[in-house]
Order: sequence, then C-alpha cells, then structure tokens
Amino acid sequence: MAIREDVLVVGGGLAGMSAALSAAETGATVRLLSHKKSTLRHASGLVDCLGYSGDDGPFADPYAAMDDLPDDHPYRIVGESAVREGFDRFDSVVGDSYRGGHTDVNALIPTQAGTIKPTARYPASMAAGLASDTRSTLLVGFEGLSDFDAPLAADRLAAAGVPFDVRGVTLRFPKKFRADAKLTRYARALDRDEEPDKDRAPRFDGVRRALAELVRPKLDGAERVGFPSLIGDDRNDEVRDDLEERLGVPAFELAASPPSLPGVRLESRFLAALDEAGVRRTTGNPVVDYESADGAITTVYTDNNGQRVPYGADQVVLATGGLVGKGIGSSRESVREPVFDCHIPHPEDRYDWSATDAFGDQPFARFGVVPDDDLRPLDAAGETEFSNLRAAGSVLGGADFAAQKCGSGVSLATGHVAGERAGALI
Amino acid sequence: MSDADTTPTDASDESFEPVDVFSGEPMDLRPGADDCYKCTTCDTSCPVAEVDDDFPGPKFQGPEQWRLKRKGDDDIDPSINACSNCMRCDNACPSSVPLSQMHNEARGAFVERQMEKLSTEYIRNRILANYHTSAWFASKLPRVANFAMNFGPARWAMEKTLGVTAEREFPAFAGQTFREWWAERGGAHVENPDKRVAYFHGCYSNYNTPEVAKALVHVYEHFGYEILVPPQKCSGTPMFANGMLTDARRHARTNVEELAAAIDDGADVIASCTSCSMALRQEYPELFDITDIETVAQNTYEGLEYLRINEDLRGAVEEGEVDMPDMAYHAPCHARNQGLDRQAVELFRDLDGVDVEDVGPSCSGISGTYGWKEEKYDKSMEIGEEMFEHMEAGAGEEGMTECPTCAMQMEHGTGYEITHPLEVLREALTGTSAS
Ligand SMILES: Cc1cc2nc3c(=O)[nH]c(=O)nc-3n(C[C@H](O)[C@H](O)[C@H](O)COP(=O)(O)OP(=O)(O)OC[C@H]3O[C@@H](n4cnc5c(N)ncnc54)[C@H](O)[C@@H]3O)c2cc1C
Ligand code: SF4
Ligand code: SF4
Repeated sequence: MAIREDVLVVGGGLAGMSAALSAAETGATVRLLSHKKSTLRHASGLVDCLGYSGDDGPFADPYAAMDDLPDDHPYRIVGESAVREGFDRFDSVVGDSYRGGHTDVNALIPTQAGTIKPTARYPASMAAGLASDTRSTLLVGFEGLSDFDAPLAADRLAAAGVPFDVRGVTLRFPKKFRADAKLTRYARALDRDEEPDKDRAPRFDGVRRALAELVRPKLDGAERVGFPSLIGDDRNDEVRDDLEERLGVPAFELAASPPSLPGVRLESRFLAALDEAGVRRTTGNPVVDYESADGAITTVYTDNNGQRVPYGADQVVLATGGLVGKGIGSSRESVREPVFDCHIPHPEDRYDWSATDAFGDQPFARFGVVPDDDLRPLDAAGETEFSNLRAAGSVLGGADFAAQKCGSGVSLATGHVAGERAGALI
Repeated sequence: MSDADTTPTDASDESFEPVDVFSGEPMDLRPGADDCYKCTTCDTSCPVAEVDDDFPGPKFQGPEQWRLKRKGDDDIDPSINACSNCMRCDNACPSSVPLSQMHNEARGAFVERQMEKLSTEYIRNRILANYHTSAWFASKLPRVANFAMNFGPARWAMEKTLGVTAEREFPAFAGQTFREWWAERGGAHVENPDKRVAYFHGCYSNYNTPEVAKALVHVYEHFGYEILVPPQKCSGTPMFANGMLTDARRHARTNVEELAAAIDDGADVIASCTSCSMALRQEYPELFDITDIETVAQNTYEGLEYLRINEDLRGAVEEGEVDMPDMAYHAPCHARNQGLDRQAVELFRDLDGVDVEDVGPSCSGISGTYGWKEEKYDKSMEIGEEMFEHMEAGAGEEGMTECPTCAMQMEHGTGYEITHPLEVLREALTGTSAS
C-alpha cells in the first residue's frame, strides 16, 4: 500500500512549490516530496524574469525580449501569458513583502558585491535602494563581516555609472560577536533589540538605537542608507522602520550572496502558502526510484536510510532543479536525469560540454530535459517518456539561468503550467 | 532473558571502538569533508550557534576541524561539547556532508582522550547520559523518587555539586512501567505471523510515559498486528550527545542482537520516540560496526510512519472522531531528519474533533541532556523562546510532539500539557483514551 495523492511533485524549489500550488488550486490532492530545502536559501531573494540574452541586455522590458529567445527556451514553450500567470501566482503568495508587481519593467537592484542586477521582483526591504533612483547613498558595512566591504561596493557602483553619489563606511557593530559570527547573529540581535556592549555604545540600551546613533554622523547629507541583508530576520520590517525613523532617511538592504536571509524569508512565505492550500509535504529524503505501467508512472519511492517508502499518484511533476539542485547529474561519461532517467541531449565528447572561454556561451548551462508543448519530457527518439510526467524549473533544458537572469521566472512559469495541467487531468 | 533486562550493567566491560573519523580508520569521511563548499548554510541553521557566541558552528566542528586534524595536530577543540546533537546541520547541508557523524565522532574522541575522567563535568555528563540507570532505580520506588528528585535542597545540592540545573522539574516516574504492564496483561493479545512488529519503546516510555507505549499497543492491535517487545537497552541518543560512545556501543550491541532476532522472526522494528528511531536508523550504522546493524537500520520505522506506509491510515482517521482540545504541534529535530516533521499535522487535518497547528521550524532547545546542564540552561531557554512564543500565539491550549524531551521543554516553557500523536490516534481509532 502506498501513500496516495492525485498529484505528486518531486522537488521543493520555486518550481516545485509553484507547481504544487497550481495543482492544488484545481482541487486535486497534492504532495510535495523534496530531498533538501529549496535552493532559495542560497539565492539572493531576487526574482528574475529575463535580464540578458546572448549579447543583448540588460533588458528594460523582459516581455518584449522573449520573442527573440531561441525556440527551445522554456519561455517560448509555455508562452508569455504563462510567464505572466506564474508571476501573478508569485505576487499572490508574497503579498506586499515584495515589490515590482506594478510594472512589466525590470528593476535595477544593487548587490553587496557592488554590481547591479536587473530583476522583476524584489523584497520590500530593498525597495529604497533601486539603482535607478537618484538619491545620494551611504552604504554601511561592519568590521568582522567579511562578506561585505562597503567602501569597495560603493566604488564599484560608482564605477558602474549609477546616477547617484555613493559612499561606503565600515563601522563597529554596537555589539561584539565572535570573529566569524554568522549573519543570523546580527539579525537576531536587531530582531530582539538586544543590549549593546557598553564599550561600544555606552549610552544606549538597545542595539537598534545604538546602530542608528553610530550611522547618523556618517550620513553627511546622504538621502538613503544601505545595509547588508541582515537588518532583522523575523522582524525585518519593524527593524527597518525603526532605523528609518531614527535616521530620518529611508534604509534598505543590498542583495546578498549565499546564504541569504531574504531567500530564507521567501521560502517561509511559500511554505505558509502551501500549508494554506492543503498541500502535503515530505522533506528530508530523496526520490530514488519509480514503478510504471503502460507508459505511466504509478509509484515513486523515497529512500529513508535504506528503506523505500512508496508514494502513489496519477500525475507527477519533476522539479528537481539543475546541477545545483541535483536534478541533473553528470559523470565523466554522460549527463543524466537521475530520478526517472529522462533523456538529456549532450555532446558525446566531454570536451564539448563547456566552452574554453569561461565567460563564453556555455553549452552545459543549457543542459536539461527536452519537453513537448505540454512540458512532458521526450526521449531520444522524440517520444514522451511517460504520459503522466511533466517537468518544470531548472531541470528543463534550453535556458542559461545564470547568464540570462531568468532562473526564478522560468521556475514560476513552468511550475505553474505543469501543476495546472497535472491537476486539471484528475 | 528476563523482562527486567533493562538493568544497568557494569560500565567498564569494553574498550572504545567507534568508527573513528579522526584516525581515518576504518571508515574514511574524507569524501564527506571534501564535499563541503563552505556555503555556511549549516551555520545559519544551527540553533546553538545562534545563541552561543563561543560555539563556532557545524562547519568548523565538522569539515574544517576534520581537515585540521589531517594536518597532524591531535587535539579536538573543546567547543565540540557545546553541540547539542540536534542534527539540524545534516538536514541543511545541500551537499550532504555527514556533519552529525563527524560531530559524534569528534565528541567521542574528545571525551575518550582529552576529558578528565574525575571532573565534575564528566561525571555529570555520564549520569545524564545514563538516564536509564537512574530511571531504573527510580522505577523501583517511583513515589519516593518523584519526591526526592524534586526536593528543593536536594536539587540545590545537585546544581552546586553536579551542575544539573535546579530550574527544571524532574519528570515523574510512572507507578507501573510499560514492561510491567505488558507482562501483567500477558503480552500480545493478537497473534499474526503475517503482520508482526517489534516495539522499541526506549527508556522514557517505559519509565515515565507508559501511556504512550500503551497507545501504540492499542493502535497496532487495532490494525491486527502482533507485537513483540524484545529485551532492550537505551537507544544511545543521550550517550552520543555526551560523547559516551563506549557506553552507547555496549547498549547498541544488545539492541541490535535482539532486534535482528525479531526481524528474523518476521517482524519490522517500530519506535514511538523519534530520537530512538533516528539512532537505530542512522547513528548506529554511522558509528558502529556490529553484525546485523544494517539489517536493523533498514527495517526500523517510526510508529506512525509505518502505519501510513502499510495501512490506509488516512481513511481510518477520516472515519474517526475525538473530543480533544486544540493543539500546538512541535516537530522534533530528529523527526525532521527522518522526513517526518509534517506527518502528524497532515494526518490529523482529516480528523474531526481536534485542530492541530504546526508551530513552525524552531528548535525546542532542550536537545535531550543539553538543557539539563546548569551552564546550558539559559541558552536552552533562549533557543526555545521562539517555539514558546509560537505556541502561545496559536489557538491551541495544549501541545503535541513525538519527542519526550521536547515535551518536557514545551511544558516547562508554556505550562501546556503535552500529548503524543499516538495517543490521539488511539482515541480516533478505538474511542478510548489513557490506560
Ligand atoms: C547561488 C544561487 C543564486 C541564485 N540567485 C538567483 C537570483 O538572484 N535571482 C533568480 O531569479 N534566481 C537565482 N537563482 C536561480 C534560482 O534560484 C533557480 O533557478 C530556481 O529557483 C530553480 O528552482 P527549481 O525549483 O527549478 O530548482 P531548485 O531550487 O534547485 O530545487 C530543486 C529541489 O529538488 C530537490 N531534489 C533534487 N533531487 C531530488 C530527488 N531525487 N528527490 C526529491 N527531491 C529532490 C532539491 O532538494 C530541491 O529542493 C540562483 C541560484 C543559485 C544556486
Ligand atoms: S548538531 Fe545541532 S547543535 Fe550540533 S552543530 Fe549541528 S546544528 Fe549545531
Ligand atoms: S552546509 Fe554543507 S557545504 Fe555548506 S558549509 Fe555546511 S557542510 Fe559545507
């Protein structure tokens, strides 16, 4: 006897979670099976639609650029309206904790590295930092927080030609942590407004106030202040409001490298939406095997330290991610999709997998399963692998997520389509 | 073997021989350490690192310390003793680095080679880790024990001399242990060669909460299972967390022998405590090399999980009904690691008469013996604070969890009464509650 559901989604990233939500909306019972937590935890929290294509970009309007993408790009397969529906779903999950939904145009967001990213949706905490905004800017970093060098980031932004004055300062956080303290330690201190160290902020009894007092004399006319992504965690909004009020200027977070609190916060919003939609979730064990009958998958098996736990379903969505999420595996000889062994085309010769120019067009970046119009993976002969299996997210081939800045958009659009079609067939 | 086989035995009957990472033999964790790409995701999910500024976190304790060891320096950093063995880091690592295994082995090596055996800390940890010994004595005179263990002056003395916090109430010992009850009722009431399970009840449900063990018996017999209750010792969970690997191995050997024999008789192994099932499934084969240890690991399940796989549990629950207060559910870290953190909430969603709300992913903070140590008590409460807040913010006025020590912490922090999912299931299926 297997644990049964109408629709099973394999993979708990943005694609899998979107697919599960869309399937649940059709009235189907849905279970999400995921090995690890989503790679959102390693991502910046920015939700990209399309930033570049080949040598073109950054695009102001990602939708206008979609027609020029290659035919096998997932956006061309599902079509522009599906991309819009995918983003609509995103907007309804995140509510006003994210911005950018009011326009088709990409926003330009400064990162902790001092670069600018074109993106479609961004956390509310980053809203005051838009690079298209001309207000003069102070970036604040902290001694001991090695991931972020504020003066360097400011120089880089200036060199990139941003339309505002920008300076960076490095301050001593009002509370001393161990030398390699985690981001979460700072965030927690601000969340709880912990007591600062007396030698660093003798006159104040909360770190929020103490931090504002440290930053104030450095403002020197700056009209907004940027911090690394640690201005509170659970109480991010409250901490930001508090700092803004004390400083008298807007405060924002810069997009971060992994692990990123904005990514973690985004993940919790999606998990809450899954709960609300009644989606069942099982996390912690990988799907390793399946059974099929008459060309359809009947059961998939997870591996729990050697035990195989069976899950039955009528429709299955594969959303196991790309090389990072481990949805695509490669050995020295071949590239494969490890769960259902779906076909992934790739050059015979390993040396043709990557271009010699590290920044060139990398064939491996586009590796992935090849879907039909219905997102069903095709085998080497162009036949559907399984009549009831659809694929979504970075396990699909045809997009170069890192270069085109389209990772989240592809996950949202294809996840939505795969989930909706799977649910509608029940 | 007699029913009283949970008797403590002499501690010095064997030498230390866990699978040792720091000598590289016989199991080499090097590939595991090399898989670490320093993303620090493990560090951000470590509840201890979040409140303890002196604890460098799992990335240092695991892969980095392992690499340092390779370079010759033999000492293990004492900070390893601050790790509570919640195993959250395991679950967080995208690269499947075997972090908790590394921590367990480092701690074992530290205790073996670097810890002063006459120190108060060692003695205290050994007493806490060998909870089953004190429990065994206490169960002989439960009422006296319940009084003595929570007698103010005695608790004060324990804190001063042993470093066991006086802030906590010792859990009450049941008047009759589960094994005594089982013997009195004449063992199994169902015989069934085709559906047989061996129940690993662990120390806690034997001595402190036999109602959980009894609920399991009633639920399984309801589905027609024949239940075996083999002789057994402590699962070893508190021993791993205190680096007492010699003790743990001795107990593991008995457990593996007895459970393997039951498996030979056609049984699968089930446990009602998620740390016990975790130990049998994951920590045993990671740490020890004992005949049949893999067989036991591969045939062990958590009690609810097994029914979900093998029975139409959802159907049965949908037909049932209970009359219970709303509950705030906390998923124990060790349930999380087995992929079981959602099953109770999911299952009872379809049950009339009770509303179960998940209080989220925070750690309860007690982590077995961790929260009992005088120097850790405040940190333990600080870690638990988020869970307490979420419990109090929710609609439920009682709590639910699978882990006996999480239950202690939930009760300690909120004053709520705590139920085990099997007790709810029992009422749903059989219409009866306790005893
Ligand atoms: C470091 C980093 C930074 C990024 N930054 C950005 C950014 O700034 N903006 C942006 O838009 N995008 C960004 N992305 C890309 C974006 O996060 C991904 O493209 C997108 O989220 C992919 O989603 P997915 O659901 O397809 O796959 P993933 O998020 O990779 O999820 C795959 C899931 O499947 C699970 N899984 C894999 N195998 C199995 C199995 N056998 N059984 C069960 N479960 C399995 C995994 O555990 C995981 O939960 C970034 C990605 C990375 C890695
Ligand atoms: S087991 Fe828990 S306490 Fe120990 S390092 Fe890992 S996450 Fe931290
Ligand atoms: S999560 Fe894994 S890969 Fe990342 S730092 Fe920790 S051990 Fe290394």
